Amino acid sequence: MAAAPPAAVELRALSKRFGGVLANADVHLRVAAGTIHGIVGENGAGKSTAMKLLLGLLRPDSGEIFVHGQPCIWASPAAAMARGLGMVHQHFMLAGAYSALDNILLGAEPVRGGMINRRQARTRLELLRQQYGLPVDWDSPVERLPVGVQQRIEILKLLYRDANILILDEPTAVLTPRETAELFANLRRLRNEGKTILLITHKLKEVMAITDQVTVFRAGRVTGERVTANTNPTELARLMVGRDVVLNLAVAPAKPQVGVALEAADLHLAGPAVGGRTRLAQVSLQVRPGEIVGIAGVEGNGQSELLQALLHPRDPRCRTSGTVRCLGQDVTHWEAGRIRELGVALVPEDRHREGLLLERPLRENFLLGWQRRSPFSRGGFLRPSALTSAAAAAVEEYDVRPADLGLAVGRLSGGNQQKLIFAREFQERPRLVIAAQPTRGVDVGAIEFIHRRLVRARDEGAGVLLVSFEIEEILALADRILVLYEGRITAEFARGEVSEAELGLKMGGS
Amino acid sequence: MKRLLQPLLSVLLGLALGLGVTALAGENPWTVLKILASGAFGTGYDFGMTLFYATPLVFTGLSVAVAFHAGLFNIGAEGQLTMGALAAAATGAILFRVASPWAPLLAGVAAVLAGTLWGAIPGWLRARRGSHEVINTIMLNFIAAGLANYVTLYLLKNPESQNPETRAVGDGYLLAPFSWLGGAPVGWATPLALVTAAGVGVLLWRTSLGFEIRAVGQNEAAARAAGIATGRVQLLAFALAGGLAGLVGVAEVLGNVGRFRVGFSPEYGFLGIAVALLGRNRPGGILAAALLFGALHKGATSLDMETEHVTRELSLVFQALIILSVSADGLWSWLHRRRSSC
Amino acid sequence: MMRWLFGAAGQPLRRMVLWGLLGLVTTGRLPAADFRVGLVLDRGGKDDKSFNSSAFAGATEAKTKLGIALKYVEAPDDNAFEPMLRGFAMKDYDLIIGIGFAQKEAIKKVAALFPKKHFAIVDSEVDAPNVRSLLFEEHEGAYVIGAMAALSTKSGKLGFIGGMDIPLIHRFALAYEAGARHVKPEVTVTANYVGITSAAWNNPPRGKELAVNQYAAGVDIIFAAAGASGLGVFDAAEEKHQFVIGVDANQDWIKPGRVLTSMLKRVDVAVYATIAAAQSGKFAGGVEHFGLANQGIDYSVDEHNAAILTASVRKQADALKADIIAGRITVPDYYKKP
Repeated sequence: MAAAPPAAVELRALSKRFGGVLANADVHLRVAAGTIHGIVGENGAGKSTAMKLLLGLLRPDSGEIFVHGQPCIWASPAAAMARGLGMVHQHFMLAGAYSALDNILLGAEPVRGGMINRRQARTRLELLRQQYGLPVDWDSPVERLPVGVQQRIEILKLLYRDANILILDEPTAVLTPRETAELFANLRRLRNEGKTILLITHKLKEVMAITDQVTVFRAGRVTGERVTANTNPTELARLMVGRDVVLNLAVAPAKPQVGVALEAADLHLAGPAVGGRTRLAQVSLQVRPGEIVGIAGVEGNGQSELLQALLHPRDPRCRTSGTVRCLGQDVTHWEAGRIRELGVALVPEDRHREGLLLERPLRENFLLGWQRRSPFSRGGFLRPSALTSAAAAAVEEYDVRPADLGLAVGRLSGGNQQKLIFAREFQERPRLVIAAQPTRGVDVGAIEFIHRRLVRARDEGAGVLLVSFEIEEILALADRILVLYEGRITAEFARGEVSEAELGLKMGGS
Repeated sequence: MKRLLQPLLSVLLGLALGLGVTALAGENPWTVLKILASGAFGTGYDFGMTLFYATPLVFTGLSVAVAFHAGLFNIGAEGQLTMGALAAAATGAILFRVASPWAPLLAGVAAVLAGTLWGAIPGWLRARRGSHEVINTIMLNFIAAGLANYVTLYLLKNPESQNPETRAVGDGYLLAPFSWLGGAPVGWATPLALVTAAGVGVLLWRTSLGFEIRAVGQNEAAARAAGIATGRVQLLAFALAGGLAGLVGVAEVLGNVGRFRVGFSPEYGFLGIAVALLGRNRPGGILAAALLFGALHKGATSLDMETEHVTRELSLVFQALIILSVSADGLWSWLHRRRSSC
Repeated sequence: MMRWLFGAAGQPLRRMVLWGLLGLVTTGRLPAADFRVGLVLDRGGKDDKSFNSSAFAGATEAKTKLGIALKYVEAPDDNAFEPMLRGFAMKDYDLIIGIGFAQKEAIKKVAALFPKKHFAIVDSEVDAPNVRSLLFEEHEGAYVIGAMAALSTKSGKLGFIGGMDIPLIHRFALAYEAGARHVKPEVTVTANYVGITSAAWNNPPRGKELAVNQYAAGVDIIFAAAGASGLGVFDAAEEKHQFVIGVDANQDWIKPGRVLTSMLKRVDVAVYATIAAAQSGKFAGGVEHFGLANQGIDYSVDEHNAAILTASVRKQADALKADIIAGRITVPDYYKKP
């Protein structure tokens, strides 16, 4: 193999320590030129650290980096860029009010006589666009463009700077299924034109779909390198988690009980339409005890509005109309706190924004929402000992790691944060569960746990409303599926009644 | 440990800067330091005056801190303390004959209620109308000052004085100063400040309401999702902040001059922001910070008196430098972050 | 670097370095002279160009002429008077002078605590054996000023603009009108006040606004007893080509040719006299009045107003002064109003 061409990227025995934590330990990585290489691993496994070392954002404690066979430890990100390395971050680095063209030029303006030579830049970008098939409207302000196009601009930004090794960090997290398909087509084309692509992701399905090779990280180390064609999701999941993981939970059919856990009639949300869409109109739904009702839909079709209307019906800041009945009570004019006390567990769609006090310790996050209930409160005063024992027990039961009650929640991984929310919300047996995007940004190992917990709640007689953008999740868990499209419910299916492809079409509005 | 070290470092930095400035003005920094220390703590009376200046700062510092924990910025402590002092003075002047111990209790309750009301207004506007508390409290500071002027000059004017001040309260209202402080006007208002600080600590960290206040301040959306009535909590927190600021009236009116004097406060309300900042919004920290600021204020007066070049303006610069380095405290964490990320 | 350190700009730095070497040596900075005077100024401070400036000038004159040691302080807030007075009293100062009525309570208290020390207060009366109260007969001066204004007016309409609406200023206003009526019973006097709080002493725009209105109503001479707000009245007088009368210090120079005269309240004289008496062992408690008789109150004549203040007006004014000093005329006093 001595005659093999040098790899585009090679990391040898790279180590990086933060305080007492080994973020990268003896990491080896070899990416052949002209391939798409998957980097997978759970949150905190060391993927990002390795990429930061590669890009010169961090300096390694020991080890070597080779780019196209040249040894290099970067002095700065700019030096890495100059050698053809570039990254599309998960959160785009775009100036929203500027045009696509200006965003691409920003920091690399072709200057002639003190003026930016836009014509020259435009000509060059047109060539790139044709070469790689990346259509972009150059002159619109970036903030008005769809997310998928913004991503394309980020990629063009790198190509404009002559990058030949592109690193993409969780690029599909923000995309619709269709945009994802388009992105993958573009990536293949880039590869065929000779670019090398590193794809950081935790979605095994995507790894299987697009990569040529894959490297798996766990706890700062590389636990496996595979040619994609020779592996399967179950093996990758085991490498990621360190144990066998059930990827497709087999769920027994529901045994719905008589009665109604949640009933919404004719929900309507006034206010300015976003992106020309009705926010919420004439939504009626019913969740019986002992069944999981899934709300399927692409992000931005009224999911947030529906949750808002169900949980805060009388909040003056969002003018909803319609009625909400919860566990036999008309709660339309109730305060949120009173509704929660009926036995409603809530897994909010954005756990950082709505679920957790990130800077506060586990202990206090476990208390949130229960601060006036026995045994945590007596006569208006908190009882720290009762809280500590209950929180410790729950953290153990739900396997939240690290199980340090004093640790700020923001330092937990996404999966552990979500498990903490489940521990909190399920501490008394709930009668109604509203779970929104319960596995978004959650590692593979925790997904199985979360799915099991939702099914258990159902089997214990709770009504479960599951709102999710993940088609597979809906198909696996929901006993009934409602499709939410442009603020309206446009279709309803029973379990097993609809295929993934058909549901995808319905979600797209056809 | 770091939580303690950082404020300490910024105080030292400010002190060093201040001494540097006095040195440029032509004073021996060591002498300046000695004068500051003996001016603030030299005799029982000096220490008493330090406590006298520190006491209102404890109340306003707590006021700012409680609002801060609810995620609100209380710039209105000045107006709230004005209303509190005015209410205490008005009670004592109108119900002149009430005897001790009921009289100070009555006036104290009036001060707290007036402050509470003045805090509740921006709290209510924020909770119900979503209007920003900073703007509203600034406006209410003006209204409080105007109202106090009106009451002082047209309703309760002290006919025996050229000063714009109200009639004296009845003797039953006055809190006698502690004799061991050499005649400094420090009486039970100062222990009251200590107890209040402890009470605020218990409230914020040991009660359900306190947890709700902190939860709303940490993450309003999460608190709302958890079923906390965030608007009501904000209103309560702001009312509480107002009541705390109102307690300044007890120190000034009942513990000091027995009347409301227009312009009595050397901006206790705004200094309270610096006190809360330096004290990390913790009751213990606020007590320490208030003592420091009281000592600086008293010590600066001595500087003016005992040095050639440090005039009133320069001692203000001195105090301002310490406040500045305390508020620039974010700089420390910023520097720290920068270093660890490279 | 070296040039900077040792050049002219390096002087403060050199001083610092020197002190660094001197280390712990403390410098006794108390004045060395035999007789020590402590001066506690009001919140306005020594640069207010009127009341406090005048007091400071008197004390400074005593320092140069009498060889006393002088230390002055300016109060940062109303509660600071007492610690400052105490500070002087505890540090073997021989005479402690408080400027302004706001210090009344503090002087009363500290004088009682230090019965062997000598105190003086300007503009307020403290009844204690070791306190000398320096009071000014502002009404005497205002009376003469009123007469001079009435003799000079062409329109027969006079104006008065006071600073803060307090008894002290009403004392000016009452006597001013009485003096005017004394020489010309038919004149009218329009009186306005800038405000009701101490901010009224320092609001020139409001002073100007009031003055412009008065001039527009036919007033041609305004007596401004309004501290720094009076500067606005001076501006208006210049703009409208009318006349104005200054107060406390000689303000004729501010708008030469438009300032008819200034009513002088010689705080400097009072402070100087008190220091001189105390130094020569003749300090006495009780009240001392400063009025026309002892030149504590007067009106100003200098090169700035000599041209507009006619000899006949001055002659009549001096005659009036003599009458008041001799007791032939009793000036109405707002303080003694029934």
